Amino acid sequence: MTQQMTPKNNEQDKADRLDRRRFLARISLWAGGASAALVAVPMVGFLLAPLLRTKPRLWRDVGAQSDFAVGVTTDVVLEDASPLPWAGVTAKTAAWLRRESQEEFTAFAINCSHLGCPVTWLPDASLFMCPCHGGVYNRDGSVAAGPPPRPLKQYPVRVRNGRVEIETTALPVEGA
Amino acid sequence: MFVPLLQKIWRVVDDRTGIAEAVGPILQHPVPADARWAYVFGSATLAAFIVQVVTGIALATTYVSSAGDAYDSLNFITNNAPFGSLMRGMHFYGASAMVVLVGIHAAQTFLHGSYKFPREANWLSGVLLLFLTLGMGFTGQLLRWDQNAVWSVVVGAEQAARAPLIGEKAAQFVLAGETIGGATLSRFFAFHVFFIPGLIFGIVGFHLFLVIRNGISEMPRAGRPVHPATYRQWYHELLAKEGVPFWPDAAWRDVIFGASVVVIIFVLALVIGPPALDKPPDPSIIEAYPRPDWYLLWYFAVLALIPPAWENWIILLAPLLGALLLFAIPFLSNHGERAPERRPWAVGAVLFVIVMIGALWVAGEQAHWSPDFHPDPLPAAVVGATSGPVATGAELFHKKGCQNCHRVASYGGRRGPDLTAVGRRLDVAQLTTRILNGGTNMPAFAGVLQPAEVEDLVAFLQSRQ
Repeated sequence: MTQQMTPKNNEQDKADRLDRRRFLARISLWAGGASAALVAVPMVGFLLAPLLRTKPRLWRDVGAQSDFAVGVTTDVVLEDASPLPWAGVTAKTAAWLRRESQEEFTAFAINCSHLGCPVTWLPDASLFMCPCHGGVYNRDGSVAAGPPPRPLKQYPVRVRNGRVEIETTALPVEGA
Repeated sequence: MFVPLLQKIWRVVDDRTGIAEAVGPILQHPVPADARWAYVFGSATLAAFIVQVVTGIALATTYVSSAGDAYDSLNFITNNAPFGSLMRGMHFYGASAMVVLVGIHAAQTFLHGSYKFPREANWLSGVLLLFLTLGMGFTGQLLRWDQNAVWSVVVGAEQAARAPLIGEKAAQFVLAGETIGGATLSRFFAFHVFFIPGLIFGIVGFHLFLVIRNGISEMPRAGRPVHPATYRQWYHELLAKEGVPFWPDAAWRDVIFGASVVVIIFVLALVIGPPALDKPPDPSIIEAYPRPDWYLLWYFAVLALIPPAWENWIILLAPLLGALLLFAIPFLSNHGERAPERRPWAVGAVLFVIVMIGALWVAGEQAHWSPDFHPDPLPAAVVGATSGPVATGAELFHKKGCQNCHRVASYGGRRGPDLTAVGRRLDVAQLTTRILNGGTNMPAFAGVLQPAEVEDLVAFLQSRQ
């Protein structure tokens, strides 16, 4: 015995099919969205990971205390706290080290506080000068002229067992 | 024998794939007959992009995207690999061509009012492509991974750091960490060869789809404004009456111009060669003179010339406002006159941008604000004395760094005023005050110079008549 398709049954059938289509469309969209999120979320996390990772701070030996004359500013090279194995020469950085007295040292970042270019020490003029936009700093790192908004950043420096050590730190990007 | 065989193979391939059925109508679609040489810049940009893809793939087969090895691999490509120098050269001049052509294409589209109804989305996708092209240029320069590249990354991070609240994190995102290191280059490599090109491929496809859908705009004519309500019908009637098939009636100009661009890129790469590599990417080598590639020199000048108090606003807001303005253009006016002679403000805006970028480019090329770190000492003929205060003052002028910023008779930097004839302008007291106290852009030398040295220096400067 077959069921008669009355107009009312027909309407019901249409509605059921619409519900089914709507359900299938929604489940497809949800499945697509969920699978996309499964790929995207870890990918974005991987990309942003460097922002969350804080490098350890280490004291790096830059030479014997006796290597540096009082009143003289020299450039010293030190290695990052935890360089990646393939970093090569980019693991290195530099600082301007000035021996103020027998025991006291000051270490300046080489980065101009304007836009980060490496400043050069002019010993006869007792000035640091930036090659990019002509920023000038006094021997104590204070701004002498030009566009730099701040003095040169100073790194922590100490003397232990006759060796001078500078603490590794992030690149001094502080905005203006 | 051979030709019939090829024709037979083609018929089978076409039967199974439907290529001719799909592509034929696109190639044959009617375009305005008057769209002549003015419209070749978009396709030429695409030709330059294809050169970039081909040469980029070739370079990627040998380039090592590791911070420790990239420089050596580039040295190998340039000096040892067969055709390596040519590939690098073509990639560099291809990038330059792409920047120039995308700029001309945008300017021409704006001047012809082709961004108006119904081509607003063409314009918006084109603006995205313009910015992505500049992004490719910047990231590509960094992949050269020499000293200049490393310091360019630092300058980029410093600018990102100016953003309020997120500045520090934005800078770390650029560096891929707290410092330049192993992760920095890998990040830029991924952006340069995967992320940005992927976006360009997608948006170019969309852009071309819109060109087909909305049609190539007819040449503008004064007194023939765009009326959104009737434009589409009018345009189709125009094509029905005067249209010509895109292939080959219009496309031959695109092919000839695009091929010429490729030939120019090839010849430049062959004759001039790729840009020389700078020193190794060692951040501890302090003597560096970072400069962007030529197409961003104008921005280098902006950073040097803006007053310090405005820096943050200009660094952060100017690019944002510029981008917003470009995106807003079709929303500000999508109807009315298209002809440049009826749109003087549009012509003025393009001229203003050309003159501004041109002037800044010249300034960036000269970079007078950068000190000269190695000026030649003044010869005796210029000094005019070999002993006495004037000669001693000239020595001090060189030794104490004055000459790094000041020029005397074409010797020295240009950051400060030319002092060739300073003795005519300033007397002894004025010179002494200026040397001891400095000025806005000059350091004070009171703590550096001995009184006798100041006297000698002033004597030398007074003798500059």
